[in-house]
Amino acid sequence: MSLVLDALTIITVSAGAFFFLAGTVGLLRFPDALSRLHALTKADNLGLGLVVLGLLFQVDGPLAALKLIGVWLLALLAGATVTQLIARTARPGGPPA
Amino acid sequence: MAFDVGLAVLVLGLAVWTTAARDTFAAVVGFVAFGLLLALVWVRLAAPDVALTEAAIGSGVTGVLLVGASTRLRPVAVLAAGAGPCAIQRLAAAVLCTLVTAGLAAIVLLLPEPAPTLAPQAAKNLGATGLGNPVTAVLMAFRAIDTLLETVVLLLALLGIWSLASDRVWGGVAAALRYADPDGALTLLAQLLAPVGILVGIHIFWVGSTAPGGEFQGATILAAMWILTMMAGLVDAPAVSRRWLRLVLVAGPATFLAIGLAGFAMAGAFLGYPESHAKLLILTIEIPVTLSIAATLALLVAGPPERAPQR
Repeated sequence: MSLVLDALTIITVSAGAFFFLAGTVGLLRFPDALSRLHALTKADNLGLGLVVLGLLFQVDGPLAALKLIGVWLLALLAGATVTQLIARTARPGGPPA
Repeated sequence: MAFDVGLAVLVLGLAVWTTAARDTFAAVVGFVAFGLLLALVWVRLAAPDVALTEAAIGSGVTGVLLVGASTRLRPVAVLAAGAGPCAIQRLAAAVLCTLVTAGLAAIVLLLPEPAPTLAPQAAKNLGATGLGNPVTAVLMAFRAIDTLLETVVLLLALLGIWSLASDRVWGGVAAALRYADPDGALTLLAQLLAPVGILVGIHIFWVGSTAPGGEFQGATILAAMWILTMMAGLVDAPAVSRRWLRLVLVAGPATFLAIGLAGFAMAGAFLGYPESHAKLLILTIEIPVTLSIAATLALLVAGPPERAPQR
């Protein structure tokens, strides 16, 4: 049983790491601010989400699992807000009045 | 091992990059990232209390203050672009910085083996304080005077910032924070995050007696929530002449000092606690101190008054 759980963890955390890598490459290589933000949110949402999902297979109890999910939800909330704020300032023509 | 080496290389590289960065804002971003990596280093060194403080104060609050400073300095920085320090001044600064770094490195490397430590004594006397976290015992009992002075220094820093206000707006409201857009993303974030953040801040303060955490870390989170709600326009920044505000600011250091002086009568020494009531007294100090630090940090970020108080 624990072998199956370990394998699931390795697969999902690796997938999460892939999205972090892809997001970072996008951040470095994409041409303008809005596309870079788009790439970055993939790392936050999917990358962190998959890492958290992978770690859920290893936790001791429901409280630790809830904490991990809470971390992911808070990161989602903060990431989405900051992306909105940066995008408003960065979009062509400046922030809407 | 490989992780630690990678972390060390990353920290050093980022430090060099931050020092070499030409743009003030870029240097600030580098500094914040440096602080977060440093917090990771402290975690690897099994010092979670220091890691929390580094992330909250060293990287978080200081980072916000520096972002504010670099934004304020932007108009001046353009003017001063051509008038930087001359080559000799730069060389002198580099030499002095290198000497300080070399001196610190020498001190650390030349420590006798094993390094002198008071940790066993702190652990042995932990029971006398009624606390479960030796770091909190050091901060609130064994070396309480350092913590008392830190709270006073924070207050002095706030007075320094307030005194930058012009006479006309003295006692007024810090205006720099407003990002008023009632339908914006920031307002939603403030509404959703503030209740969670306040709970987490109180929790971090409360577990400090038995686990990593404490009043400085908890107060930073509380301060962040207050700043967030002020920026989102959900609450107004208070005029700095308000009596309740000033009472909150001095309540912590004043309580600390009063209980410290009472120590002469109760335990025969300044900041001494009688063993039977040590934990109760420490908590009585910590609660107002947490509120005072939170208010002080938030107002440090808010900056000097820029609008006259409404009469």
